[in-house]
Formats: sequence, C-alpha cells, structure tokens
Amino acid sequence: MLNFIIRRVAVAIPTLIILLVASFWLMQTAPGGPFTSERPLPAQVLANIEAKYGLDQPVYKQLWDYVVGIVTQFDFGPSYKYKDRSVNDIIAQGFPVTLTYGIISFLVAIIIGGALGISAAIRQNSWLDYFAVGVTIGAQVLPNFVMAPILILVFTLWLGWLPGGGWNGGQWDHIIMPVIALSTSYMASIARLTRSSMLEVLRSNFIRTARAKGLPDNVIIWRHALKPSLLPVISYLGPAFVGMVTGSFIIDAIFGTGGIGYFYVNSAFNRDYAVMMGLTILLGSMTILFNMVVDILYAWIDPKIRL
Amino acid sequence: MNDRLAQPFQQPKTREIAERMAEDVKGRSLWADARRRFVANRAAMVSVVVLTLIVLFSLFGQIISEYDIETIDWDVLGNVATAGKPSIENGHYFGFDENGRDLYNRVVQGSRISLAVGVIGALVAVIVGTIYGATAGFIGGRVDSIMMRLVDIFMSIPYMFVLILLLVVAGRSITMIFVGIGLTAWLDMSRIVRGQTLSIKNREFVEAAIAIGVPTWRIIIRHIVPNLLGVVVVYATLLVPQMILTESFISFLGLGVQEPFTSWGALLSEGTKTMNYGTLWHLAFPLFFFVVTIFCFFFIGDGLRDALDPKDR
Repeated sequence: MLNFIIRRVAVAIPTLIILLVASFWLMQTAPGGPFTSERPLPAQVLANIEAKYGLDQPVYKQLWDYVVGIVTQFDFGPSYKYKDRSVNDIIAQGFPVTLTYGIISFLVAIIIGGALGISAAIRQNSWLDYFAVGVTIGAQVLPNFVMAPILILVFTLWLGWLPGGGWNGGQWDHIIMPVIALSTSYMASIARLTRSSMLEVLRSNFIRTARAKGLPDNVIIWRHALKPSLLPVISYLGPAFVGMVTGSFIIDAIFGTGGIGYFYVNSAFNRDYAVMMGLTILLGSMTILFNMVVDILYAWIDPKIRL
Repeated sequence: MNDRLAQPFQQPKTREIAERMAEDVKGRSLWADARRRFVANRAAMVSVVVLTLIVLFSLFGQIISEYDIETIDWDVLGNVATAGKPSIENGHYFGFDENGRDLYNRVVQGSRISLAVGVIGALVAVIVGTIYGATAGFIGGRVDSIMMRLVDIFMSIPYMFVLILLLVVAGRSITMIFVGIGLTAWLDMSRIVRGQTLSIKNREFVEAAIAIGVPTWRIIIRHIVPNLLGVVVVYATLLVPQMILTESFISFLGLGVQEPFTSWGALLSEGTKTMNYGTLWHLAFPLFFFVVTIFCFFFIGDGLRDALDPKDR
C-alpha cells in the first residue's frame, strides 16, 4: 500500500511541476506585456511598474518567487489589469459560488446516478431498467452547454417557474438549473457504470452462495452486492470532479452565476494573464491532488489495483 | 474393401452433400464475421445512413443555396424575429441569424468544421497513440515503463485549462484547436494499444507463428495488427464525438473558431443568447445536427464494439 502511495505521489509531483512551468512559460511568451497599451507609457514609468511587480527579475527568479508566494502565503499574485484586485480576491469572490453548486451537482450525480443504476440492475429488463438505459443514452449527448439553454427555454421562457440566471446569494431557485445542467451527463455515466458493475456482481459466485444459504434479497443487495458494485464509481469521481470544475465555465457563462468560471473566461478574453495563470494553477493542482486522493482511496478499498 | 469404403462417395446425393459441406466450411475471415454482426445491428446501420447524410450535407449543402456565410441582409437586420423566419420560398431554409446572415449556410459550414475537428482529432490520436503504444508494448522493460509514466503524467494534467491557456496565448484559431486537441487525445489510445499489444505478444498463436518460422514483420502484420485494429477502430469511433464535444465546449465559450467561420459550439452559443427574442430556430437547427451526430457516433461505436471486441464474443 505504501509502495502504491509513493508511486502515485511520484506521478503527481512532476505533473504539478509541469503544470506550473507550462502555464508560467505560456504567460511569458504571450504577445504583448501586461502593461502594453495603445498609449505607450514613458520608459521610466514602465520600469517602475515592472519593478513593483518584480517583472525586472530574471524569469526563473520570478517563477521561484511565485511558487514560494503560493506555498507560504497562498498568494497567487496581483491582477495586471485591475489594480484594486488580486487573484486572491477573485478566488475569494468566485470560489464559494462554484463550490456551492459544484458540490451539490456532485452529490446529485452520485446519489441519483447510483440509485438509478442499482435499481435498474436489480430489476433488469423491467420498465425501470429501460427507462434508466434510455436516460443514460439520452444524457450522453446532452453536455452542460446543450442542457443549460434547453432548461432556460423550458423553465424560464415557457413555464416561467425559475429565474433565468444570477446567483442572488445562492437562493435555491437560482441553484436548481445550474445543478441540473452540470450534473446530468455525469449522473448518466455513473448510472451506466453502477448498472453494469451491479449486474456483474449479481452474477458472481458469492452472491449465489448468499442466495443458496437463504438470505433475503434485500440483505443480499445491501450487505453483499452494494459495496463491490460501487467500486468502479470511485474511479470515476476524479473525472467527474474535473468535469464539474470545467463545467463551471459554461454554467457561469450561461446562468451568470458569477463563479470562478466567469472570471476565468473573462480573463481569457481580457488577456489578463496573471489571473488566468493563478486560476489555472489553483484549479489544476486541485484537480491533480483530488485525482491522487481518489486513486489512493480506490487502491485502499480494492487491493487488486495496487499492482 | 476399398470399393465398399469409396462407395458412398460415388452416390450422387452423398457427393453433392459432401461438396456443399466443403463449400460451407470455407472459413469466414475475422472481418467478414465482424461485418455480418455489424450489419445485423439495426441502430448502428441506421446511424451509418444518417451520419452519411449529415456528412454529405456538410460537404455539399451550400450547392442548393444561393447565399453565403458572410453577406448581411440589411433589410432583415434588427428585425430577425419577424422577417428572418425560416422559409423555403425565399431560399433561406433555416432563416437568418442574429446578424442577418443566412443560417442555412452557416450551419453547413459549422457542421463541416465540427466534423473535421472530430475526425482529424481522432485520426491524429489513432496514429500517434497506436505507434506510441505499440512501441512501448513491443519493446517492454524499462523503455516501456518510462514511456508509460510519461503518459500518466500528461494524463493527469487538466488539459482543458492548458488548452484554453494555449488558445489565449497563441491566438484563437481553428488551427490551435487542432493542435491543442491533438496534443492530448492520443494518451488514452496509447494506453489501450499498449495493453492490447502486451496481451497479444504472449498469446499462443504468436508463439506458434514464431515456432514455424514466420518472420517478425509478418507476425506483426498478420497476427498482431488485425487484433489491435478492432480495439483501435472502436475507440477511434468513440473518440470522434469526444473531440466534437471538446471543440464545441471551447467554441461555445467564444474561445474557439472565430468569425466569419463558425462551428456547432459557436452556433449553439449564438442560439442561446438570442432565444428570448423568439428566434428559436437559431438554437434548434444547430442543436438538431449536433445531437443527431453525437448519437450516431455513439451507436456506431457501440455496434463496432459488439462486432469487433473479442472479449464479448
């Protein structure tokens, strides 16, 4: 087990370094300095500004200072576009929003997807099963950027039940549509995964043994079949988490929820490289670490993986 | 004695049966077998037909229209909701878009780009991934483990961020999307191919081929590649919709394909922005083509998996 953890961490660290260096390097090579504007600044002013932000230092020194700043003070640096706002401010403003609808979507996807998959497998070839399979196939072609407009069309424009956007401090009626749009395709994937793994488990020898010794059906399912059939879902949590984070770009763009995705896409349009890099590194390293934890968790539960 | 043994074969009927049996037993090749199974899959066959129609539409759709993707009809501009409705009579089959341009031609052109990104992206993934994976699998040992660690590392980089960063730094263009998608798409493929190569390399039929002295290149071509090809083809088909989804995601955000060109993602984004003006056709037409195409690829991929995947036989 320790061996596995060491090996997994040995992959995660170079990944983090590559992510850091690659985004830093991309930002350095980007055309136009952060203070290039149509009215060129006097050379002395430019030099002063660059000295203030440490841009007169050699590149490796800048990178080192940046990393030290993140690790020791959780400081992702200033925004070069807005003087009154640092990357940390943006994180503080957008992150809670993204986290709120992200976690709810995550839970919805797991709980509804898992329940759908398991009940479909238990009643294989019933109407419930066909319904579940139909939903999973349908939801595959409805990624969040297709789902969201349809939801707005139906619930806001036609029925007028829900507000078409905004966050409003996270009131429930502003959360519903983002959650549905974000979670549907992941819910479908989880349902498909649990259904097939549950079917496989139900055909295995130890379930037959449990049947043979006369255990009632619900005991078999809850005590014996559930745990092994949920295993593959754990390995899907990593990709699902990544999907939630990148999905927030779309959610914030369509629903105007003002999460981290809004700032990310905006900084991409404004060429605010400092914000882009800060958010890339923050979200990217979160993804890498989350994937690592999920992998280790999976190996801990299922020893077969450790090989 | 000899006569009596030979006798049944001289009977006309027996001989006929014997001949027919010899004919029937004529082996079916791996691929003929797969084709038969695939053709029997109705959903997959329908998808092939529909997909062919969509591809033809994207390639030649502009022929039946007298308009282009750029020309703005100033009479319609600003009044799209009432004057820009789809109509057969005036030749604007899908109506006008928000800027008074012919939507039919824009959908044709958008389909072309989306499909091209999907197919070319998958093709790059197949070529690079197969070569990389097969090399790692064949050579084995330390080279293999280094090559695969590298893939592990690349795979755990959250590529959507890097892709967006790349698009912003290097300029938003369809070429950069090709590059960015191509950079990451081959990783999964190389893993799958490597695994497959490893398991085929040690199989009995390869051993037997070595034992009877078949040259190595012939073993690769006759025995390993056909076994690999099934998995590669299935995975490539499932990769195409993924590529299309990625491109649409990027273009939906406005970071992908740039005006005057368009793609499904960009068209969907425009449709979303204008739907509360009552111009629903902006959303409906691209949505239809997008959803139908993705569906088709999934069904074809499923059909191919059933037909080609040796595990499920």
